[in-house]
Amino acid sequence: MTDITMPDRSGRFGDFGGRYAPETLMTALAELEEAFAEAWVDPLFLSEYHRLLREFVGRPSPLYEANRLSEHLGMRILLKREDLNHTGAHKINNTIGQGLLARRMGKERIIAETGAGQHGVASATAAAALGLECQVYMGAKDMERQSLNVVRMQLLGTEVIPVTSGAGTLKDAVSEAMRDWVGSVETTHYIIGSVVGPHPFPLMVREFQKVIGEEVADQLGDLRPDLIVACVGGGSNAMGIFFPFLEAGIELVGVEAAGEGIESGKHGASLGHGTPGVLHGARTYMLQDDQGQVHEAHSISAGLDYPGVGPEHAYFQDSGLARYESVSDTEAVEAFHLLSRTEGIIPALESAHAIAWLQREAASLAGKTVVVNLSGRGDKDVQQVINLSTEPGL
Amino acid sequence: MSGRALSAMFDAAREQGRPVFMPFMTAGIPSEDQSLDVFRQLAADGADAFELGIPYSDPLMDGEVIQAASSHALAGGMTFLGGLDLAGRVATSTGKPVIVMTYVNPILQAGPEVFAAEAAALGISGVIIADVPYEEAVAIKAALDEHGIGLALFVAPTTDEERLRAIAAAQPSFIYAVADMGVTGRREDVSSHLQGLVRRIRTITSVPIVLGVGISTPEQAATAAGLADGVIVGSALVAEVLETGRPASAAAFADAVHAAGR
Repeated sequence: MTDITMPDRSGRFGDFGGRYAPETLMTALAELEEAFAEAWVDPLFLSEYHRLLREFVGRPSPLYEANRLSEHLGMRILLKREDLNHTGAHKINNTIGQGLLARRMGKERIIAETGAGQHGVASATAAAALGLECQVYMGAKDMERQSLNVVRMQLLGTEVIPVTSGAGTLKDAVSEAMRDWVGSVETTHYIIGSVVGPHPFPLMVREFQKVIGEEVADQLGDLRPDLIVACVGGGSNAMGIFFPFLEAGIELVGVEAAGEGIESGKHGASLGHGTPGVLHGARTYMLQDDQGQVHEAHSISAGLDYPGVGPEHAYFQDSGLARYESVSDTEAVEAFHLLSRTEGIIPALESAHAIAWLQREAASLAGKTVVVNLSGRGDKDVQQVINLSTEPGL
Repeated sequence: MSGRALSAMFDAAREQGRPVFMPFMTAGIPSEDQSLDVFRQLAADGADAFELGIPYSDPLMDGEVIQAASSHALAGGMTFLGGLDLAGRVATSTGKPVIVMTYVNPILQAGPEVFAAEAAALGISGVIIADVPYEEAVAIKAALDEHGIGLALFVAPTTDEERLRAIAAAQPSFIYAVADMGVTGRREDVSSHLQGLVRRIRTITSVPIVLGVGISTPEQAATAAGLADGVIVGSALVAEVLETGRPASAAAFADAVHAAGR
C-alpha cells in the first residue's frame, strides 16, 4: 500500500529523510515546518500562490503530443512542457512558493544554491517579484559552464557568490548555502532547490512541485499512460510529476546521470549505484567511499551533477513505487539533438536524459503511451553543446 | 581512558575552580606525520583535553579555516579510520582525554556499534557530532553508552527552552554551547548573549558547559572561561598550524582560560 501521508513526524519516508542538522538550525527548521503547515491550508496563501503560478509563471503548462518524436521512436509520447514556464524550467513553482512563505515568515533575505543556474534564476526571479533581497551560491565550475544564467541572475538584482570549495559544483554550493544559513537564520530563508535537505524541505518542495502531476492528471482526461518518465538529480521535477500518480498503477521511471559511464566512476547515479548515508541533512542514497566521505558526482548536465537524491525517491526505490535508470552524457547529448530536430524543442540537458532513455528503450516501449516531464528548456546548454562538438572523443 | 575520564576532568575542574582548556585541532595537519606532535605541543602548552577534528569531505558546520584544514588533511592521506587511530595515539601519549569531532555519515557507514567499540578500544573519551541534534542521536548514544564513551550535545543561542530540556534529558557528557551564531571561525566580539545563554542552560541542568565557536582571542577565551566549565578554541589555532606548522598562541589561550577561574 502506498502511504502518501509520509513523511512521518520526524520527517522520515520509511528509513530515509530525517533532520540531520546543526543545532543552530533546529529551531528555524521547526518554525519553517509549522509556518508551511499553516500556509498550506490557508486559503489566502493558496490563492496568492496559484494566482502567481497562473499569471506570473504562465501555468498550466501544456501537455504536448510529440507526434514526430513518437513516430521516430515508435511509441506515443506526450511532453509536459515545463520548459514553457517563465524562466524556462519547473524550478519556479518552488521558488514562488518558498518566496511567499519567506515573506509570510517576515524574512527579508533569501539565499539559494544552484547547479545549472535554473534554480538560481528562479530564486532571483521570485525575489525580484516579491521584493526580497537574494544571494545565490554557485560552484565556480558551474558559473563557467552556465555563464548566461549568471548574467540573468545579476540582471534580476541578485548577487551570485562563487563557491570554490570541493569540486566547485552543486554539492559544494549546497554546503556553502547551508553554512550561510547557520549564521543568518534569524533574518534569512534558505530556498533549497530540490526535494533534498533536512525535514521539512523534501516535503515542502514536493508540495510546491506536485502541481506538475496534478495538471497532467487533468490534461490526460480518460487517457491512461503506461509510463511517466522524468530525469532525476535531486529529484524535484520527477517528484512533482510522480507524486499525484503514486496510486494510479502507472509505471514511474526516474532517469539519473550515468555521466561518462557507471564503470568509470564518473556519474551521478546515486539511486542506481550509491549506498545509504546522510548528505545535506537527510538519510538517502548517495555516492560515497567505504569510510563515508562523499564522492564527487559527474554529469555533463550541471543540474544532475549531485552525489545525493531526495529521500522520498530513496523510499520509492526501496518500496518499488518507482524505478530508476541511468543514461550517459553521450546518450543525453544525442537526445538533445534528436528532440531539437524532430520537435523544434531544444531541451535542457537534464531533461534530455529522460528522452535518451526512451530512445535506448525504444524496442521494449514500442506502442506504449509515455508521458515525459520536459523539465526545462535548453538555451542555457547551447554553448556547452557547441563546445562539445568541437572536442574530440564525444 | 573513557567517558569517565571526561567526567573526572570536569569534576576536578569545578572543585579547583579551574576551567578546562580544550583546543580543537584537525587531524592530519600540517601533515599526517607531524599531526601527533601538534597535539603533544598543545598538551605541553596547557591543554586539559582535546577536540580532535576528523576531516570530512563536506564540513557543513565549519568555516573557511577548518574547511581548508580538512581539505588539506584529506589530500595528505588522512582518513576517518586514520583520524580515530591518531586520536588513540594522542590519548596514549598525552594521557589527556580526547573527544573526536566528526560528521555523522562516517559513523553510520561504520555502524554505531562498531564505531563505539573501536573508539573504546583506542581509548577515546568522547564524541561530538556536528550534524546530529538530540532527536537523531538516540541509536548512536546507546552504542556509545554501552562502551563508556561520552557524547556531547550542542546548545545554540536559538535553542528554545523546550529543546534545552530535551537536550539535558538526553544526558550528554557535556553541553557544547555555541558561543555565537554561525559556523566556526573568528569573531570580533564574543557574543553579548553568552552570559544569558549560560544562565539559561544552568537553570535547567548541572551538566558541564563548554563554550566554543567564534572564540578567537585570549581575551575572549578569558571572558568565556569566566562563565563556563571550559572553552574550545579552534580556528585561531588551526590557522596557525596551517601557516607555520605550530599552534603558537596555545599557551596564551591556556593561561587566559585557567586564570579566569581563580
